[in-house]
Amino acid sequence: MGKFQLITKGLIKENPTFVLLLGMCPTLATTTSAINGMSMGLATMFVLVLSNMAISAIARFIPDKVRIPSYIVVIATFVTLLQFIMQAYTPAMYETLGLFIPLIVVNCIVLGRAEAFANKNGVVDSALDGLGIGLGFTCSLTVLGLVRELLGSGSVFGFKLIPGDGILCFVLAPGAFIALGYLLVLFKKLTTKK
Amino acid sequence: MVVCLSVICLVCSALLAAVYAITAEPVKAAAEAKLNKAISQVVPEFDSTPVESAVEVDGKTCKYYTVTKGGELAGYAIEASSSGFGGAISVMVGMTPDGVIYNTSVLSHSETPGLGAKCTDPAFADQFKGFDPSVKSLSVKKDKGDVDAITASTITSRAYCAALSNAVSAFKAIVQADASGAADNVIPSEVGNSK
Repeated sequence: MGKFQLITKGLIKENPTFVLLLGMCPTLATTTSAINGMSMGLATMFVLVLSNMAISAIARFIPDKVRIPSYIVVIATFVTLLQFIMQAYTPAMYETLGLFIPLIVVNCIVLGRAEAFANKNGVVDSALDGLGIGLGFTCSLTVLGLVRELLGSGSVFGFKLIPGDGILCFVLAPGAFIALGYLLVLFKKLTTKK
Repeated sequence: MVVCLSVICLVCSALLAAVYAITAEPVKAAAEAKLNKAISQVVPEFDSTPVESAVEVDGKTCKYYTVTKGGELAGYAIEASSSGFGGAISVMVGMTPDGVIYNTSVLSHSETPGLGAKCTDPAFADQFKGFDPSVKSLSVKKDKGDVDAITASTITSRAYCAALSNAVSAFKAIVQADASGAADNVIPSEVGNSK
């Protein structure tokens, strides 16, 4: 598999949200608006790239029996680092995202990639894999956030397009499931045609 | 196996400790900047550094910041909170020396996005600018008060009002405490001539 394919496969073929259906908890919880979804995606991508690199570097020193706890420790460390750094240098961003950052630890995409890819491949490939999957995750979350924001509050990235309150349900949890369901169908339809 | 896991944990915690030590200062500075911004938003113009103090209201301590302009009391920024729909709502409430709410600013909340989270919108928050609690009633119209609630978020609106009421009672306690504190008894005289 080419280096380029490593990145692009995360966007469509192995899209974490629409194909692998991983990391549903942050997906449903954070996509109340496009910007929230995108920021969550980017934060996850950052952790994913770093943890993939670290894990692929140390994987062969870790005995099989303790690999999951070891990966969790590594991932949690990166998430906490990200939290510290954001809190210190981008306080405004931390304010909107702060609540969701610890959620990255329990995002099964990160652990899933560590287990399925990073511990069998080299550092560079793992970094690219993290980048690809991260990009796929970011795109899906942005699209989902966009749909929910548009229907729920009539705005896109905070800009008011439709006056009025919108369909409140879409900002709340049920709307997340409904929107995700329809997007899944749409994604499936588009990808199977090709 | 044990050694391996211990080494990983050790390295990770060392890394965390190092980064924490580096970021502790900026984090503190950022928190302070945020606090100062919140204070300057809610009180009239001032030229002093806000002085932090605390007052006891109904058995709870309430932090507040006193600001002065040209040596005269300009107002108080009172940190008040109450429980909303999704958790505590913490509001910085600015009060002028004559007991009128100057402005309010939400410090933190965990209300539902699109519903209760609208408490930070000017459409809701601006109605408290110049709100005189001695004339108007600090509760939502549903409860026969004078506050326009956020649509479908009455609990949040009530909590906001409750936080503001807490600030008002804290303000009364502050004025009382200052009046009984003999030496710097400047507040009552200022109440008369400042506005």
